[in-house]
Amino acid sequence: MGANGSGNGAAGGWSPGLRESALFDRNAIAEIQRKAREGIYDIRGFGAKRKVPHFDDLLLLGASVSRYPLEGYRERCDTSVTLGDRFAREPIELEIPITIAGMSFGALSAPAKEALGRGASAMGTSTTTGDGGMTPEERGHSDKLVYQLLPSRYGMNPDDLRRADAIEVVVGQGAKPGGGGMLLGQKISDRVAEMRDLPKGVDQRSACRHPDWTGPDDLEIKIGELREITDWRVPIYVKMAASRPYFDVALAAKAGADVIVLDGMEGGTAATQDVFIEHVGIPLLAAIPEAVESLKDLGLHRKVQLVVSGGIRSGADAAKALALGADAVSVGVAAMIAIGDNDPALEAEYAKIGTAAGFYDDWQAGQDPAGISTQDEALAARFDPELGGRRLANYLRAMVLEIQTLARACGKSDVRNLEPEDLVSLTIEAAAMARVPLAGTKWIPGLDEDD
Amino acid sequence: MSTETALEVVDLSQTSVRELNQRLHDAASGGPQAWQVVHPGGLHSIAAGLDAPLDVDIDGHVGYYCAGMNKEATVRIHGNAGVGLAENIMSGSVVVDGDASQSAGATGHGGLVVIRGNASTRCGISMKGVNIVVGGDVGNLSAFMAQKGALVVCGDAGEALGDSIYETHIYVRGSVASLGADCIEKEIGEFHAGELSGLLEESGVDADPGEFRRYGTARRLYNFDIDNAGDY
Ligand SMILES: Cc1cc2nc3c(=O)[nH]c(=O)nc-3n(C[C@H](O)[C@H](O)[C@H](O)COP(=O)(O)O)c2cc1C
Repeated sequence: MGANGSGNGAAGGWSPGLRESALFDRNAIAEIQRKAREGIYDIRGFGAKRKVPHFDDLLLLGASVSRYPLEGYRERCDTSVTLGDRFAREPIELEIPITIAGMSFGALSAPAKEALGRGASAMGTSTTTGDGGMTPEERGHSDKLVYQLLPSRYGMNPDDLRRADAIEVVVGQGAKPGGGGMLLGQKISDRVAEMRDLPKGVDQRSACRHPDWTGPDDLEIKIGELREITDWRVPIYVKMAASRPYFDVALAAKAGADVIVLDGMEGGTAATQDVFIEHVGIPLLAAIPEAVESLKDLGLHRKVQLVVSGGIRSGADAAKALALGADAVSVGVAAMIAIGDNDPALEAEYAKIGTAAGFYDDWQAGQDPAGISTQDEALAARFDPELGGRRLANYLRAMVLEIQTLARACGKSDVRNLEPEDLVSLTIEAAAMARVPLAGTKWIPGLDEDD
Repeated sequence: MSTETALEVVDLSQTSVRELNQRLHDAASGGPQAWQVVHPGGLHSIAAGLDAPLDVDIDGHVGYYCAGMNKEATVRIHGNAGVGLAENIMSGSVVVDGDASQSAGATGHGGLVVIRGNASTRCGISMKGVNIVVGGDVGNLSAFMAQKGALVVCGDAGEALGDSIYETHIYVRGSVASLGADCIEKEIGEFHAGELSGLLEESGVDADPGEFRRYGTARRLYNFDIDNAGDY
């Protein structure tokens, strides 16, 4: 999809007599016209573009007379987190509570994956493989690498499994709960084709269900097999899309997951139907309290760690997610932007492919002028992985400073001491979903007085 | 003390699967190469993750994921196998005397899986280079999204054989209840005749290669085409 303005009036400005329909706005009209021409749904990258209740609808309560704050910069505010100490002999120790989400080689170029590894390693955190397997560049540049086991099993092999620092069983992704994947033929280079055991240039469909297990009882046995193959060394995560998190989290935890990765409907994707991105799943804000309640009901909160993702942009978003009870957050789209996606310096290049910096989301098409979401060698060669890595590290560093600033203001010596009591909501919707009171009231819609 | 040539016997009514697997994994760097497992009792993940040319005989029935992700080892199951037999096998061979449950050989990248009895649904699902030979029948949706390798069925095949198939070669001696999307019957040329008789011979399954028919991809779903939308 190209650039779309918003607001009233014709392109170029409002003039008297022009009134845009709220329902049939320019996006809706353009999409009807496109469907009529092409006869197919829109596939794109990025995450949901519609507005959903989000962390912007929450505020933190800084300390005052009734609480006292910690001294900014001087008093310690710990950011480290251990993931997967429930069953694994070697849990993952992260220095910061932000990880890099699974993004496949195939969706991203090899140098882009390298940049993610460099930036994350500089900050003492982990990166994650994706659909398509593990590349040597990625393993080489990521001190801590999480290896995904996806339904497609593209590139899955036991050597990489044993080389990984953690294994993530992917049940679903926030951008497409219940959906599989598709890497379009134009992104299938020789190398991608070989890693996935498919002919070059064909669409690579990824199944939506795992080939060798179905329900939660099977999942428990599957996790057992992965532990056996890796001699119970590394943690096993289960990643799921947020749709019925209370039950899904409980079943995954019961099946033996060390870590739950919960991806809200805002979560990014490399290539998914727009209708899926915008209309399936629940916002992260609503999902975290359900997941935390589920873990608490099992006596497993903080024992099975909760990593959350979906639309995390800033330290403020992360701090609020931690306050709701997550142990860490994960970023996808933000990491891509940090390493150079949607860079205004490429404006002329974006214009050539009918889009604009700040709007580019055709990550499925493989024409990325920044050399990130592409397998075109010439485009990928433009991307500097060292610079990208430095930018990612800078971005993560700034985010961590933001989280610490907010945590200290709330009087916390550890970012994970942030709690729901530190939050209020700006809207009734967010108050109901996040289960924190509407600012200035004690009101949490949906909770009885004695809850 | 065992020597390299002695047969190492492990009794799973006395020893845990964890201990067995650890010993089998440790054997990659030396130690006994021939193993016999008794009283497997349908336990899961027996001999999963082997990474050396070991020889493992299992006397009885096994549960899920027996010989999962096998590399190099030869594993023989003198009984039936549960779900996900030899899933994601890379190399070596896994032979079952009896029947195998769902998803046998799922996503296997290489090696050989032989099921002398019948295999249930989704046999060879998403297979990526493994060869699978089934002495009896296979269930519905076998070779679903199968990418590479060959599936040989000496009996009958269930519904939707080879649905959304990529480049796997399927050979069936008996009847096929139905073919899945983009799967069609194809000629058996010289290459395929050789592949089929080679696999029958290698797996020690007695069947006349001349009685088989071959199925494979029509390559109509390889790149999205709106006119085929109903087939996806
Ligand atoms: C380019 C791209 C590729 C992705 N590939 C995968 C993948 O292979 N496997 C997966 O589980 N999730 C994948 N995701 C989803 C991310 O792991 C994560 O859930 C999501 O990006 C989080 O939301 P955010 O982008 O708003 O931070 C991908 C996301 C993007 C942006």
